[in-house]
Order: sequence, then structure tokens, then C-alpha cells
Amino acid sequence: MIQDNLIKVGMADLNVAHMTGVLKTTGLGSCVGVTLYDSRVKVAGMAHVMLPSSEIAREGSLNIAKYADTAIPELIGRMEKLGAHVSRMEAKLAGGAQMFAFAGNHDTMRIGPRNVESCKEMLKKYNIPIKAEDTGANFGRTIEFDCETGVLSIRSVQQGVKEL
Amino acid sequence: MDVFKNLEDFQMDVLKEVGNIGAGHAATALSTLLDKPIDMLVPKVRMMPFEEICESVGGAETVVLAIFLRVEGDAPGNMFFILHLESAKNMLRNLVGLEIGQDEAYSELELSALNEIGNILAGSYLSSLADFTRLNMSPTVPSLAIDMAGAILSFGLLQFGEMGDQALLIDTKFLEGENEVQGHFFLIPDPESFGKIFTALGVEAP
Repeated sequence: MIQDNLIKVGMADLNVAHMTGVLKTTGLGSCVGVTLYDSRVKVAGMAHVMLPSSEIAREGSLNIAKYADTAIPELIGRMEKLGAHVSRMEAKLAGGAQMFAFAGNHDTMRIGPRNVESCKEMLKKYNIPIKAEDTGANFGRTIEFDCETGVLSIRSVQQGVKEL
Repeated sequence: MDVFKNLEDFQMDVLKEVGNIGAGHAATALSTLLDKPIDMLVPKVRMMPFEEICESVGGAETVVLAIFLRVEGDAPGNMFFILHLESAKNMLRNLVGLEIGQDEAYSELELSALNEIGNILAGSYLSSLADFTRLNMSPTVPSLAIDMAGAILSFGLLQFGEMGDQALLIDTKFLEGENEVQGHFFLIPDPESFGKIFTALGVEAP
């Protein structure tokens, strides 16, 4: 299937679409793909979140798309500019896997679950319901979010394609 | 992060030498294991955007076999040994005493053998590096995954993620003479470790 209206979302990146277009991000491991959708006006947004909190950031110019606590407010803001309203938004989550399962109490080993928790906290803060999620486990995912239908398709090496 | 933008050429050369020595020993170990000559390319040392790192092994969605281990000690970091799936199978076929299935799936025994190969290679990479720098570096138990390159590599970039959208890594590609086996060693020292490596080698840290 070749999509000519693909809108790519890179690692630590976010993007929005209106009416048509398919938002896509590849190779989610411990990163989390968050999608928001306002079905009334058909405005969709996707963020590829890499880390749970911007508090740990040590970079000079903050990339707000990278952290759960900054990416979600930014995504909501960008969607509202296209006519969406936060009270109508619904969220879907994918990713947050633990790619390498080995004994280690180092905090980065649990980064996937921590990313998911942090995204959920932010969504709760904005009262955005989570309609579906495919998170955790130990495999990578590529996701596509159709702006027209609000369907999120998730592809993984072991489990093929599934739609949420 | 800015410190890495100002690395002088000779500092890059020092890191290349680090890759050369480490991967050189690992390639020798692999050559002994397979009883075949293994060539390696000059290590690439560069600040690379995350996306580009995935491109170097064929793109974020390419399915690869990766053996990951964390380096602990004076100069912590992450290490990956990455093979394409055909290469991994070919490598197993070259090992004596293993019956290798033709299908794409991996048996428990095959995965265990690959894990052990990863362990040996990473061990020789790190021990030669530790001798050279006189820093204490030890690998954790390796962990193996077969999955999308993006999903795997992003895990090793988290420490850099806190500082920017690029990572400094030492990438050494190696290949067997008839191109049956080829792969990459990635050493991604934590951002704080570069200073220690430079100091240990008597080079002024940036």
C-alpha cells in the first residue's frame, strides 16, 4: 500500500493534519506515539515522544516535541489552531516497549513504561479520554493515523498489522 | 551539547582510533570464530542526527538483529552489534556443530549462540579499549532483539536525547570477504564519558 498523502513524524517530532492525510511515525521502541483526534472537525495530531519529562533536559534549546510533558500541550495548541477543541479530543497511544529485557535497576531500562505513564498523566490533566492503546511488551511498532477516519494502524515485526 | 560541535579534527581522530582498536580486536575474534578473514572499514565518528543513525543500517523500519549491552565502569555507554538477518544466519552456518534451519525463524539454540558471539565480540572490543585507555570498562550481560532498527537504536540514544537531537557515535562496519556476513559495531559513550576517554589518552578534553 503506497500512501501519497503521508505526513512523516520523525523521532522526537510532532505534526498535525486536517481533513485528509495520514500521519506516520516509524520504529517506535521505548518511544511513545501519541495521537489526538477531534472527529467533528477531522483534525488529527501525532507526537513521537522520546522521554517522559523535560525536567531532565540539559539541552540548550529545548525540543518540545521530545518530552511527554511539553509535546502534548504543544500538540493540543497546534490542533486548536486548525479548529479542533480540546474537550472533543480523543487519544490513542502506541509504543513504550521495553526493547531489551535484562536485569538492571538503571532507570533508563524502564524508559518505555515511564514514557507511557507520563503521557497518560498529561492526557488526564487535559481531561482527554484514552480510547485505545497498544503499549508495553518488547517489540517495535510503526504507526499510521488516518486523519479522515481516526483509525490508528499499528505494524510490528512479530504481530503484523492491527487497527485501533 | 555544544562542546561536541567544537571537537577538533585530532580529537575525532582519537575517537576513530578508539573504534579502530576496539573493533579490530572484535573483528579478529570473529575471524577466529568463523575461521574466515574479516575486513573492517575505517570507523566513522560523527555527530549524527537520530534519523541518520537509523539510515546507516538501512532505515528505521529495517528489521535487524541486535545485541545490546551497557558498558559500565569509568566511561559508561551503550554498545550495539548489529547484523542483517541473512548475515546472522550465514554466520551461524559457519559455526561448527550447529544445524541451522532454512526458515527465517530462530531456534532457542541459534539465539543463544548469537548472544554468546555478541558477548565474545563486545568483550574483546571493550577489553582492548580498557587496556588502551587504562579505564575500567566492563560489559553487562548482553541482550538480543530482532526488530526494527529505529526501535532498537533509539534505546541507545536516550542519554543523548536529554541533550539534543544528535548523538556522537563510533560506527565500525565489518564484512567477511565474500560478503556473506556484514554488520556494524556501534559504541555510543554517554556524553559525560568522552571527557574521560580524552583525558585517559592524554588529549585535552574539549
